[in-house]
Amino acid sequence: MHTKTLTEISRGLQAGDYSSQELTESYLKRIKQHTALNSFITVTEDLAIAQAKQADAMLAAGNAPVLTGVPIAHKDIFCTQGIKTSCGSKMLDNFIAPYNATVIEKFNQAGAISLGKLNMDEFAMGSSNETSFYGTVYNPWAENTVAGGSSGGSAAAVAARLISGATGTDTGGSIRQPAALCGITGLKPTYGRVSRFGMIAYASSLDQGGTMTQTAADSALMLQTMAGFDTKDSTSAEQDVPDYSANLNNSLQGLKIGLPKEFFDDSLNAEMATAIETAINEYKKMGAEIIEVSMPNLKLAIPAYYVIAPAECSANLSRMDGVRFGHRCDNPEDLNDLYIRSRGEGFGTEVKRRILVGTYALSAGYYDAYYIKAQKIRRLISNDFTEALKTVDVIMGPVTPTPAFGIGEKTKDPIEMYLADIYTIAVNLAGLPAMSVPAGFIDNKPIGLQIIGNYFDEAKLLNVAHQYQQVTDWHQQTPQGFE
Amino acid sequence: MQWETVIGLEIHAQLATNTKIFSGASTAYGAEPNTQACAVDLGLPGVLPVLNQEVVRMAVKFGMAIEAEVADTSVFARKNYFYPDLPKGYQISQMDHPIVGLGHLDIEVAGETKRVGVTRAHLEEDAGKSLHENFADSTGIDLNRAGTPLLEIVSEPDMRSAKEAVAYMRKIHELVQYLDICDGNMQEGSFRCDVNISLRPQGQTEYGTRAELKNINSFKFVEKAIYGEVERQKEILEAGGSIVQETRLYDADKDETRSMRSKEEANDYRYFPDPDLLPVYISPELRAAVKADLPELPDTKKQRFIQDYHLDNETAYKLASSKELANYFETVVKQSNCEAKLCSNWVTVELLGALNKSNLSIQESPIAAPRFAELLKRIADETISGKIAKQVFEFMWNSADSADDIIEKQGLKQITDSGAIEAIIDKIIADNPAQVEQYLSGKDKVFGFFVGQTMKQSQGKANPAEVNKILKAKLKR
Amino acid sequence: MSLTTDDVNQIAYLARLGIDHQDTSSYTQNLSDMLELVAQMQAVNTENIEPMAHPLDNIQRLRPDIITETNQRDAFQTIAPQVEDKLYLVPKVID
Ligand SMILES: [Mg+2]
Ligand SMILES: [Zn+2]
Repeated sequence: MHTKTLTEISRGLQAGDYSSQELTESYLKRIKQHTALNSFITVTEDLAIAQAKQADAMLAAGNAPVLTGVPIAHKDIFCTQGIKTSCGSKMLDNFIAPYNATVIEKFNQAGAISLGKLNMDEFAMGSSNETSFYGTVYNPWAENTVAGGSSGGSAAAVAARLISGATGTDTGGSIRQPAALCGITGLKPTYGRVSRFGMIAYASSLDQGGTMTQTAADSALMLQTMAGFDTKDSTSAEQDVPDYSANLNNSLQGLKIGLPKEFFDDSLNAEMATAIETAINEYKKMGAEIIEVSMPNLKLAIPAYYVIAPAECSANLSRMDGVRFGHRCDNPEDLNDLYIRSRGEGFGTEVKRRILVGTYALSAGYYDAYYIKAQKIRRLISNDFTEALKTVDVIMGPVTPTPAFGIGEKTKDPIEMYLADIYTIAVNLAGLPAMSVPAGFIDNKPIGLQIIGNYFDEAKLLNVAHQYQQVTDWHQQTPQGFE
Repeated sequence: MQWETVIGLEIHAQLATNTKIFSGASTAYGAEPNTQACAVDLGLPGVLPVLNQEVVRMAVKFGMAIEAEVADTSVFARKNYFYPDLPKGYQISQMDHPIVGLGHLDIEVAGETKRVGVTRAHLEEDAGKSLHENFADSTGIDLNRAGTPLLEIVSEPDMRSAKEAVAYMRKIHELVQYLDICDGNMQEGSFRCDVNISLRPQGQTEYGTRAELKNINSFKFVEKAIYGEVERQKEILEAGGSIVQETRLYDADKDETRSMRSKEEANDYRYFPDPDLLPVYISPELRAAVKADLPELPDTKKQRFIQDYHLDNETAYKLASSKELANYFETVVKQSNCEAKLCSNWVTVELLGALNKSNLSIQESPIAAPRFAELLKRIADETISGKIAKQVFEFMWNSADSADDIIEKQGLKQITDSGAIEAIIDKIIADNPAQVEQYLSGKDKVFGFFVGQTMKQSQGKANPAEVNKILKAKLKR
Repeated sequence: MSLTTDDVNQIAYLARLGIDHQDTSSYTQNLSDMLELVAQMQAVNTENIEPMAHPLDNIQRLRPDIITETNQRDAFQTIAPQVEDKLYLVPKVID
C-alpha cells in the first residue's frame, strides 16, 4: 500500500478498499523497519491508531473530508498538544506543547492521521539535517549522503514511503532543497498563505509552512487543508483559498516560462544544467514559451539572508531562557548564570553561530550597515522578481547546484553550506511561492526543478508541476530497498 | 554658581482595556499569580501577537488631546534584553515610528501658564512582576501583568523645577482619566513616572549629563526625589566632579536615590521592526470617529467656566481638572438656579473639603449633585441662610434625607415674617437701654451688637436683610 | 570585517549565550567569515531604496478587545523547570 500516492490512498479509503487502521498499522510497521533513516524524532503509535479508528468511523458514516484516515506526519517544528515538540533541539527536548499549531489543528479537523514528528535541523537552521540534536537524517537514495534540510526528516520519510505526505517549513529553501535531494515534490506557499501560529519561529518574515509529497496532486490536497487566514496570526493573508485541485489539468499551451540568466551562468554544474534543460524541453513540448529574464541582484540574496534571518532568530530564540519551559541548567549561581548556561547547553553550534551574527548585526553602530542595508537589498531582489513576473507566468531553474552531498562533507565550512542555497533563498526574501519537482538523476541521485510563481498563485504552480508529472515518471521512482 | 535644573518625564500610563495589548487575556488587577498569563503573554514557542484595536484607538485619542501629530502608520519594534519578568527576551515597543508624535500641554504653576512639549507617546507591553520577599535564594515571577498595554508619554526636557514637574505629571494624570484611557490608579501601578534630571550653569544652552530616576508612583515622591537628586548633583558638580549617566532607584522609605545600573552594564537594546507585526495604519475613519468621541478638554472647559460662569482662574482650573467634578458642578448650577459663584464656592470649599477629609473621590460623594443642588436652591430662595446651610449640609452628609426634609425636621427655616422679627427686636431694645443710648449718640458700631443679639435670639434663623431693615427703622436717630 | 575573540565574548554575553572556552576561536573565525560574506552587500548602491521589513505589503490587522483566554496556569506550569507557590522561580534577582 505504501507505494500509493496520497491521492490514491484517499480514494481507496473513501471507496472502502481498505481501512485507515490497516493502512496506519502498515505504515507504522514500515517506520519501525526503517528507523536507520532517522527520519522521525517521535512516533505517536497509540495516538495514530486511535485517530485511525475514529477516521474509519467517519468514513463509514459518509461525508468524510478527503484527508480522513490518510497517514501523514509533521515536521517537529509544529506544536502538537500533549506531544513532545523539540524543533530538533536539546533546548526543547522536554517541551510538551500545551497547544496545537493552527496547521495541526486543521489536519486534525480534516481527519488526517499523524504518525509522529519528523526530524529536522535544529530550529530549522541548516541545509543537511546535520544540526539536529537527534542526529543526521539519511538520504534513502544513496548511502552516507544527506537528506537535505531543514525539513530533512519530512523529505526522507516521504521518499522512503514511510508516510504518504508530510508538512515542512521553508525559510531559505528548507522544503524545496530536501525535496530535491530526496526526489519528492515540495511546495513552499506564498508568505502568509499558511498560518505560522504554533510553528516555532526561526525568522518570522521568511518562515512559511508547506507540503512535501510524492506528487503535485498530493500537494494540492494537503495545501487545501493547510492554507487560509488565521486570526491568531496577523501576518496570515486574509485571502480566499481557491480549489487547488480544480486546475491541475489545465493545458500549458502558451505558458510563459522565465529563465533567469543568473541561474544558468558558469557557476552551474554542467550535469545539472543539462538535467534542467531536459525538463524545460518537456515544457516546450507541451506548448510553453521560454523567455530569458534577469535577476541582477540574485547573488546578494545570500548575504542579505545571512543578516535578516540571524537578526530575527537572535530575538526569536531569546524566549528560550530556562525559566518557563525547556532546558534549564543545574544549580545556577545567579540569574546570568541561569541564562548563559541554559542557553549554552541547550543550543547547538549552528544555532549559536546565527544568534551571534544576528546579535552583532543589530547591535549599536552596526544596525544601519547590516540590517537596514540587508532590507534594502531585499527590496531590490523582490523588485527583480516583480519585474520578471510581469512578463512571464512562472520562473524556472535548479533547486540546488548539485545532488545530495556526503554526510560531513560541508560541516567543516559553514559558508560553503550557505552558498549552496543560492537558488532558493531569494524566493523567501520576496515571499513568493515556489516548488521543487523531481526532474531526473545525477549519479543515481535525484535532483529537482524549481518552479517559482507569483504571489498567491499556488494553483498555477501546482498545475505546471502536475502537467510535468503527467509526461515524466521521476516522481514515481522509489529508492532501492524501499520499494 | 547658579544652577538651572532641567527635567524631562517619561510617564507610563496603563491603558484601560479589557484585554492585553497582544493577547485575549484579561488585564483585571489583583488576580491569583499567573492565572492571567496566556501562552502569548508567557512567550511560549510558536505563539504570535495580535494587536488590540482598543489600544490604538486610545493612543490616537491621547494624541488628539495634546494636539500632537498622529502618524498615518506606526511600527512596532522589538527591544531586546534579558530579564525574568520579560518572557520573550524582548519587549514589543515602538522606536522609530511611534503612534503619537510631537504635541504639547499647558501647565499652571504659581499663577503662570507654561507650555510643556510632549516629544512622543508610544505603545508597548508591560512586563510581569518579580517578587523578591517570598523566597530565601530565589525570586518568584508573576506574569499576570505581562502584556498589559502601556502608553509611554515622553516629555521634552522643558521643566525647570520640581513644582513644574509635578504640575505636568498631574496634568497628564488628569488628562488620561479625562479621556477614559487610564484609571490613573497609582497604588496599583496604572500610572508610573520616570524622571530625567540634569543641572547646568545658569545661562548655558547645552544640557548637562542626566540621571534617570525610575518608577516613582506618587506626586509627593516625585517632588521629594527631584529635590534630593538636584542636591546630590549640585554637591558633585560643586566639588568639581561630574555626573554619571545612570538609572537610579528612588527609595521612598529612606527618601534617597541609589544607582541601579551603572554605565558599564548599559544595555544595547538592538531595536528592530517586529516581523510578527505589520505597520499599524490610522485610517481617516478612525481619526474622525475618535475626534467625534473626544470630550471637551480641561483647558477648553476652564475657559468656558471663566466666560460663562465668571469664575476666577484658580477655581475654574480646579473644577475643570476632573470630568466628574466639572459635571457635578454644572449639574448643581443648572438644578439649583443659584449664582454660579455660590455653587463653585460650595462645591470647592464645603464639598471638596468634606470629601478630602473622608478620603473620598467626587464619584463616591455621599451627596449626589441633584441633592446638593436642592440645598443651594434653599439658599437662593432664602429659605435658609448660608450659615444654616452648613448645618443642613452636615445632616445631609450623614443621612439620605433631602435638604427640605432636614430643614423641616430640624426647624431651621429662616424667619422672614417681619412681625416675628419685630417682636424679638422690640424685646432687645427694651432690655438694652444703655446700648440704645450709645447708638443714638452716634456710636455706629453698636448696630452690630443689635444684629448679633437678634440672630442669637432667633437661633440664626432670622433673615439677616430683614433684621437690618427693621433695626434701622426702630433705631431711627 | 574580522572579529576578535573579545568581540565574540562580548556578543555572546549580550545574547546570554554560553560558549565553551576552546570553541571561542572557531566561532570567531566563523563569524568573521560570515561578516565577510555579508560585506558583499556594501558594494551595491542602495540610496533611495526603501528598506523591506516584510514580504507582505499590508497593514496590521486588529483584534477586538474581548477576553478569549481562560486560566491555563496548571497546564502551563507542568512544563516549567521550577515553580513554587504558583510563581516561576529564578535565582535571586538583585536590582
Ligand atoms: Mg523609557
Ligand atoms: Zn517604556
